[in-house]
Order: sequence, then structure tokens, then C-alpha cells
Amino acid sequence: MAPVISAASLARTFQTKRGPVQAVRGIDLTVHEGEILGFLGPNGAGKTTTLRMLTTLLAPTGGTATVAGHDLATDPAGVRRSCGYVAQSGGVDGQIGVREELVTQGRLYRLTRTQALARAEELARDLDLTDLLDRRTATLSGGQRRRLDIAMALTHRPKVLFLDEPTTGLDPGSRADLWDLIRGLRDEHGTTVFLTTHYLDEADALSDRLVIVDKGVVVADGTPSALKLRYGGSIDASLQDTFLAITGRGPAPVDAAPVAV
Amino acid sequence: MLLQDTALIYGRYLRQSLRSRAALLFGLLMPLLYLLFFGPLLTGLPLGGRGSSWQLLVPGLLLQLGLFGASFAGFAIIIEKGQGVVERMRVTPVSRLALLLGRVLRDATVFVFQAVLLVLAAVAMGLRAPLGGVLIGFAFVALLTVSLGSLSYALAMKVSTPQQFAPVINAMTMPSMLLSGLMLPMSLAPAWLDVLSHVMPFRYLVDAVRDAYVGSYATAHMLYGVLVALGLTVIAVTVGTRVFRTAGA
Ligand SMILES: Nc1ncnc2c1ncn2[C@@H]1O[C@H](COP(=O)(O)OP(=O)(O)OP(=O)(O)O)[C@@H](O)[C@H]1O
Ligand SMILES: [Mg+2]
Repeated sequence: MAPVISAASLARTFQTKRGPVQAVRGIDLTVHEGEILGFLGPNGAGKTTTLRMLTTLLAPTGGTATVAGHDLATDPAGVRRSCGYVAQSGGVDGQIGVREELVTQGRLYRLTRTQALARAEELARDLDLTDLLDRRTATLSGGQRRRLDIAMALTHRPKVLFLDEPTTGLDPGSRADLWDLIRGLRDEHGTTVFLTTHYLDEADALSDRLVIVDKGVVVADGTPSALKLRYGGSIDASLQDTFLAITGRGPAPVDAAPVAV
Repeated sequence: MLLQDTALIYGRYLRQSLRSRAALLFGLLMPLLYLLFFGPLLTGLPLGGRGSSWQLLVPGLLLQLGLFGASFAGFAIIIEKGQGVVERMRVTPVSRLALLLGRVLRDATVFVFQAVLLVLAAVAMGLRAPLGGVLIGFAFVALLTVSLGSLSYALAMKVSTPQQFAPVINAMTMPSMLLSGLMLPMSLAPAWLDVLSHVMPFRYLVDAVRDAYVGSYATAHMLYGVLVALGLTVIAVTVGTRVFRTAGA
């Protein structure tokens, strides 16, 4: 399979008043077409910063990357045409109606007015937003808003979809619906999905492969079971223990703590 | 592409302005209060200009409207950044320049609309000025809003909270207003103040509009006013575009 994302030593240092902050120190990774990649790491590990670089929002201070064959540095327009992005904070204006946001998004992707209207209806149907089209986005529930954010990011049928903590704040039912949606995108359209999450059960259930970052570098990379075997001690280890062992944020020796009786 | 994108962004923000009628008129409050309660004080004073005191005051109030209105325009973008709207637009192929131009052209529309209302109120108070001069005045309001709006949006893209933004703007607007002779002509000022006021770009704008309001169009004031207004616009839009292109710290 051809890599659809590849990054080499991708880095970003922020200059702040209190000196430089090395948010991302050097990320090397490859994502294959049609893969669902779980990008994990503790708070502040550099996940959002990496996503913002891969989506052209933030210029890297080091390293290179290509997305869908387009180089970040030399062809940002190509990258923008091929990827969709849902930020941690979402991205709709509360005072604007759902339909208007969807149509504007279509127009930003250079659809004609008629095409944009039709695409808005289509996306609303696919993401179960049809009854909400005439509501202001501020009146949507958290789950409905997430679906709208994703609909916006799918406007141009991107090859790669970047989702930053898409299920944070959702109830279990809405999370399960979102998982189905993400799997559906991959199965039906071959979309590559690059997502971050702090829910390890979600990463386990949804991802084909995990990349774990800590302090701005990749510290582990593999399928959930391979990582469990390697770092958690056995294939039956919980991803929680595996994660803690990898990031060194707690004890996870397999046979350490005796169970209290 | 650029035109189409600019029209799209312009439409989005113009609809936003039309949704909140209060915001559409709010900027008028301060100049209108000056017109009603300060203007009448000047009618009998020897101000040294040609024409009536209204022909001196109204050009100043028009530029005050643009100065305060456009300088604070960036507030909106700080809120939008928090909602993620700015980044959502910046991942699309939309022209970066259009993201700026659509907004500042919306601002120019809103402030010229307010300027029209202000002039109508001034006519009711006793202003008489040639139509050509009044139209030139609106053109200056438009250029001033485009330039100050661009700078305001550029600053707003750079800071992360309103608390970092407001003090800078406050520190700029009040001295600008006082030092440009917007309220009373600088010809009344002692020499040092008159000299100092020439450092302020707005001084040239208000002198030009005052000439226009008494029907003198081919003057040195007008030439300098046009050059300064256009120069300011070019510089501000260039700065704004650079920031919008690279923003994302
Ligand atoms: N604009 C910025 N200026 C300065 N420092 C920044 C900026 N953006 C991020 N950082 C810093 O970079 C580091 C990585 O941040 P980032 O948002 O990428 O982490 P994250 O992995 O997404 O964390 P979380 O799980 O909490 O969302 C943090 O230390 C953060 O404070
Ligand atoms: Mg994050």
C-alpha cells in the first residue's frame, strides 16, 4: 500500500516570552491509504501541533511531510484540497444556521452555489442532520455539533480526514455512532482517518494502528495487539497499562501488584 | 478566484452584521453625541476655517467614526479564533487575501452606511456642504476603515486574548483622535502641537475632507490626503495579508 501521509523529523518550536517551547521535536511516521490511525499521547505531547502542521495551518520549523502526495512546504494548496480537518474546538459560528455553514463551506471549496446547496443536503442526509438544517448551530447538542463539524470536513470528499479528539464530551451512544461513521468512511470511500483520542478503549476498538507520542517524539508505533505484547507484557494486557508503560507515567509491570484479598 | 472568494467572505460577514441591527448602529453613538451636544457649542466661535462650524466638525466626526469603529474590528476575529472558525476556513483552499479583504470591505460598507446616517443627522442640525465634497468624505471613511481594519485584524490574529488586544487599541485611538485635530482644527493649536500633529496620518485625511466640505477639491491638502490615505491602505493591507498568510502561532 502506498503511504498517504509521510513525515520525516517534522518539528515545531514556538517562540514564547518565556523562551522557546519545543512542542514537536521530530516526528517520523507513515500512514497507509485507507488506514485508521490512532494518534495517542498525554496532554501536551504535541498531537494538536502535529495535526495543525499536517493540515498546513502551522508552518513546521523543521523536517518535511507529504499528504496525499503533496509536499507541505511546496504545495500547501494541494494538501488543502486533499484533506479535511476537525479541530479539537470544532469550527462553526453559533449564530449561523446549519445549512448556511454547510453551503459556505462548499463555496470555500469552490463549488458553485447550486452544487454547494446540493452537497449540503447530501451531507446532511449522510450525517443525519437533515432535521437540523434550519437551526442555528449554537442550538445543537454536543453530538449533533460533532456530526456537523465532520460534515463540514467531508465537504470536498477528502482522501485524508484529520480528527482531533472527535469524541471528547460525547455520551457512549454518540461515540459508538461516530465510530460506525468513521469505519463507514473508510470502508465505503477508502478515506484515511488520522485521529487523536484520550479514550484508550476507543483507540483499541477503532484503530488499525497506533502511534504514541510523548514530549514531541514518537515513542511507539504498531497495531494495538503488537504494542500490548511488547510493552504491556502480554496480548491480553489492557491498553491502559500498555500506554502507561510506554509513556512512563505509571507502573505497568505485568506481575507487580499482588491483588489484595 | 480572489474576487469570488472575497465576495463569499464579504457576504458571510455582511449577513452577520445585518443579523445584529444593534451592532450596525452602535458605532454611531459616540459621533452622534458629539454632533448633538458638542457641535452647537462651536457655531458662534471663530474657528478660522472657511464655511460654517459644521463644515469643520462633521469631517472630523466622520473620521472619528472610522477610527474607533475599524480599530476595534479585530475583536470579532479573536472570538472566531476561539470558536475554531478561523482555522476551519484556513484549511480550505480559500484565498488568504480574501479572508482579510472580505472582512475589511464589510467593515467599509458598515461604516460608510453609518457615515451616511451621521451626515443626514448633521444636515438636520444645520450642515450645508456640496454633494461632491460629501461623497469624497465617504471615500475617505472607506479607505480609513480598510486600512485600520486590516491592521486591527492583523493584530488580532497575533494575540490570543481580548485582554492583550484592547489596551493596544485604546493606547492608539485616543491620542490619534486628539493629535489629528478631529474635533477642532489644528490651526488653532500652538505651533508645537501643530507640528506634532503632522506626524499623525489622520491629520492629512481630516484636512482633505474639510477642504472637500467647502468645495475646494484641487488643493495641496487634498493631494496629501489622497496620497496618505492610499499609502496607508497599501501598507496596511500588505501587513494584513502577510499575517493572514503565515498566521498560526
Ligand atoms: N501557540 C503556542 N504557543 C506556545 N506554545 C504552544 C502553542 N501551541 C501549543 N503549545 C505548546 O506545545 C505543547 C504541545 O501542545 P499540543 O496542543 O500539540 O498538545 P496535545 O498533544 O494536543 O495535548 P492535548 O492532549 O492536551 O490536546 C504544549 O506544551 C503546549 O503548551
Ligand atoms: Mg490537543
